[in-house]
Amino acid sequence: MQTISILHPLTALILSPLLPGIINRTKAFFAGRKGQPLLQTYYDLARLFQKTPVYSQTTSWIFRAGPLAGLASAITALLVLPIGGGAAMFNFTGDLIFLIYLLGVMRFFTVLAALDTGSAFEGMGASREVQFSVLAEPALLLSLLAMGEIGEIALPAGIQETLPHLSLSGIYTSLSFSAWMHSGTVLLLAASALLIVLLTENSRIPVDDPTTHLELTMIHEVMVLDHSGPDLAMILYGAAIKLWIFSALLAGVLIPVRSGNFLLDGAATLGGIFLLAIVIGVIESSMARLRLLRIPQLLSGAGVLAILALVLVLRG
Amino acid sequence: MRLILISMMILFFSGLCSFFTGRNPRFANIVGAGGTVLGCLVGLVPAAIVLWTGQTMAIHRPWQVPFGSFSLQIDALSAFFLFTILILSAVAAIYGNTYLWEYRKRKNLGASWLFFNILVASMILVVISHNGMLFLMAWEIMSLASFFLVTFEDEDENVRRAGWIYLVATHIGTAFLFVLFILLAHKGPSLDFDHFISSGLNGTSMAGLAFLLSVIGFGTKAGFVPFHVWLPEAHPAAPSHVSAVMSGVMIKTGIYGLLRTLTFLGQPEPWWGWLLIAIGLGSGILGVLFALAQHDLKRLLAYHSVENIGIITLGLGLGVLGLSLNQPVLAVLGFGGCLLHVLNHAFFKGLLFLGAGAVLHATGVRNMEQLGGLMRQMPWTGTLFLIGSFAICGLPPLNGFVSEFLIYVGAFMGTGLSGVSLSSIGIITGLAAIGGLAAACFTKAFGIVFLGEPRHTPALLGHEIGWGMRIPMMLLAFGCLAIGFFAPTVISAMAPVIGNVTGLLKIDIDTHLAVVTVPLQRVTALSCIFILILGFLIYLRRHLLSDRTPAQCNTWDCGFVGPTARMQYTASSYAQPITSMFGFFLQTHRKIHTPEGLFPAKASLHTHTDDVFLRGLFLPLFRGIERILLPLHRLQQGRVQIYILYVAVTILALLIWNLR
Repeated sequence: MQTISILHPLTALILSPLLPGIINRTKAFFAGRKGQPLLQTYYDLARLFQKTPVYSQTTSWIFRAGPLAGLASAITALLVLPIGGGAAMFNFTGDLIFLIYLLGVMRFFTVLAALDTGSAFEGMGASREVQFSVLAEPALLLSLLAMGEIGEIALPAGIQETLPHLSLSGIYTSLSFSAWMHSGTVLLLAASALLIVLLTENSRIPVDDPTTHLELTMIHEVMVLDHSGPDLAMILYGAAIKLWIFSALLAGVLIPVRSGNFLLDGAATLGGIFLLAIVIGVIESSMARLRLLRIPQLLSGAGVLAILALVLVLRG
Repeated sequence: MRLILISMMILFFSGLCSFFTGRNPRFANIVGAGGTVLGCLVGLVPAAIVLWTGQTMAIHRPWQVPFGSFSLQIDALSAFFLFTILILSAVAAIYGNTYLWEYRKRKNLGASWLFFNILVASMILVVISHNGMLFLMAWEIMSLASFFLVTFEDEDENVRRAGWIYLVATHIGTAFLFVLFILLAHKGPSLDFDHFISSGLNGTSMAGLAFLLSVIGFGTKAGFVPFHVWLPEAHPAAPSHVSAVMSGVMIKTGIYGLLRTLTFLGQPEPWWGWLLIAIGLGSGILGVLFALAQHDLKRLLAYHSVENIGIITLGLGLGVLGLSLNQPVLAVLGFGGCLLHVLNHAFFKGLLFLGAGAVLHATGVRNMEQLGGLMRQMPWTGTLFLIGSFAICGLPPLNGFVSEFLIYVGAFMGTGLSGVSLSSIGIITGLAAIGGLAAACFTKAFGIVFLGEPRHTPALLGHEIGWGMRIPMMLLAFGCLAIGFFAPTVISAMAPVIGNVTGLLKIDIDTHLAVVTVPLQRVTALSCIFILILGFLIYLRRHLLSDRTPAQCNTWDCGFVGPTARMQYTASSYAQPITSMFGFFLQTHRKIHTPEGLFPAKASLHTHTDDVFLRGLFLPLFRGIERILLPLHRLQQGRVQIYILYVAVTILALLIWNLR
């Protein structure tokens, strides 16, 4: 465990609420508006933490525990997330499973908290959330695995011993621009699958629309309809961290600067994360939301891309 | 070794004693349950000794029955299963003591305890018997005892039907086992297991046949798709503590049988592993899909047993593949994950069935659509059921994650190896999909039953269960937590069991297990950090709210001010997107009365998901057999003289045959 690697989770904790701001500013730019301040999420969080919550008479302790457990699992997930060429605080064989299952814990509690209100809207959102996760989880796991298999081939001799094979840190340190040179197809497929999973898991267009709170098409936003005050702040913060995690995973593949200089590598990935936020903003501005019935097809597509990537790398 | 015999004696005689004092339900209950607990505790001693020291205990005595001797043996594999069986049975018996009490007026509790104790004793005998004849006898006693337990409420027609399907299914499975043992013994002098090992099936095509027979025979008991059809019938019909034992440990004797048979067959072939992985994927995914489509809580849990048997079989298949291709690391992780999941499933499925029993006990309802909001009246049951749900979804830090992690890492190791790559991709994709579906299914089960508002009057009247039922559930929940947090220790302790199955040396196993023990230590550390962060957040929230009083109001329903309980999302609607996505497999029946006209009066929707295999495969098959055999009815005249004539003719024919 490197002491310097504690900087990763800290950066994420501090900077992640910036991402929704960047996305919203990009969307405002495309819509010709001035848009909200970049730091709007910080203001929202500060405001919400000061508010007094309102609870439905229907709810039990599960409703109050949901946001807490969700935020706790998002923060814990940051500890296995590598940024740039540096290893994460915790790296071990199979930590990608742990990361994915921690996000599963977060989803489990969000869904239960939604069901605890007894509202049909929130039940509907919860139902869709679990439906899409069934397809998104395998796609995420397989695309990460495909990238891991490339790394194994492309790895310079010295590095393998320090980091466990098939851990997130191992996968991401061994990616580089030269990996793009010799197996670009695989990386492109895996990255496309990752992008689709990112958009799904963070309830972004074309899967979900984060701006409309009260439409029947809503997934994530409708599940948190009844939360208020500090509870809602924790949910917003947790969602920002989750977006950060997925962006870091994708940016790590797309901009694999591995110079060995800790600051340079980290800065490249951070730049990549913010760039991705702009890309998400562009996607949201230029696309309409898909019909709900089409989303499983999109996600199965992501799964197929990931399997294809894995098969290609294993054959090649 | 003597202790295990004493344990079986205690079980049998306390059962008998309970049976004869059945008139006095209080006494019968205490003797029955007390006998089970005592017998199980006594039996745990030899199991623990064998697991601790790794030494094998055995008894061989000559007996009157042909083909071999009366031999019992406890090796690490037997001890492991013994441990699982005894713990869950003892806990279930404590629970049953309270659970059965409400039946005291209508039923003879003594009879139920007799069969329960015989079931436990026969399961012990199944896993320790070292002779084919003895094994089959124990197997048959186990099937019959559980049949009588399933048909406890035999005044209900559905229960009788369930019992009948179970009886037929289990005997068809046993028929395959007869053939299997004959095949195994055809070269050796006796049915003793020691002779099987040296019988020379190793490497012949006969070994493949024996493997297939054992997959069908033991798979019927374990609940492999498509032989699982009896499970969703029998488990809901039985009293809940019996369901817990049947689902938690009895079906695992099928896995034990398969593992034991594999040790007789020598070096496995790759296609055995492929077949097992295919069965595992089919059982896992179809099991959880059918579970999602159910309205009955216990039926849902029964289908989940099929799913978990699927996960166990994925590990088994990976292990067999590793053995056949000489990849010891795959063998160790595969078998390790398989065995650990056997133990884990016993804990969390036992817990969930006991929880479902508590709901049934409190409300009298199994249909989830009528329940809801039980968390308020039954906070203990709700919390314990939540722990079980969390564990069965394989979420960290509980025990379900550990065994799935082993299989995942094993499959990761397999990618890139020739002959394993495709299977590995299958296992990884399958496990990830099963994980997602299981989360969907248990958020449904827990969310609909315990959260929201009561959907129907019975749920309003629910009351918390007493300590007699709460403590057993707490013990099982504690087991789930303990295995999750002490995963590295548990894995290392299982090395002798894995060695028994794979035949690898202990030192090799330890090196290969190190692949997962170190990561699991990190997982434990991260889980502790998770709990610390959670504690901090709880403190933060409490601190923030210390000077504010949260307001109470209705659930926000988009401006609608008078939401009723009937407006809530139902279990079926919650699962509908997934069930319709996989509608091709499920073949759900729908009866819809759509609202018609300008002033629609009535509208309704009924959905029902039958078991596709029961309806599409077995019912037509048995109907066909019945049609073919129908002409034989003419032989049955119902007159004794005619039957005597048949007997005489047969004897004559046999005599003539002998003269030839």
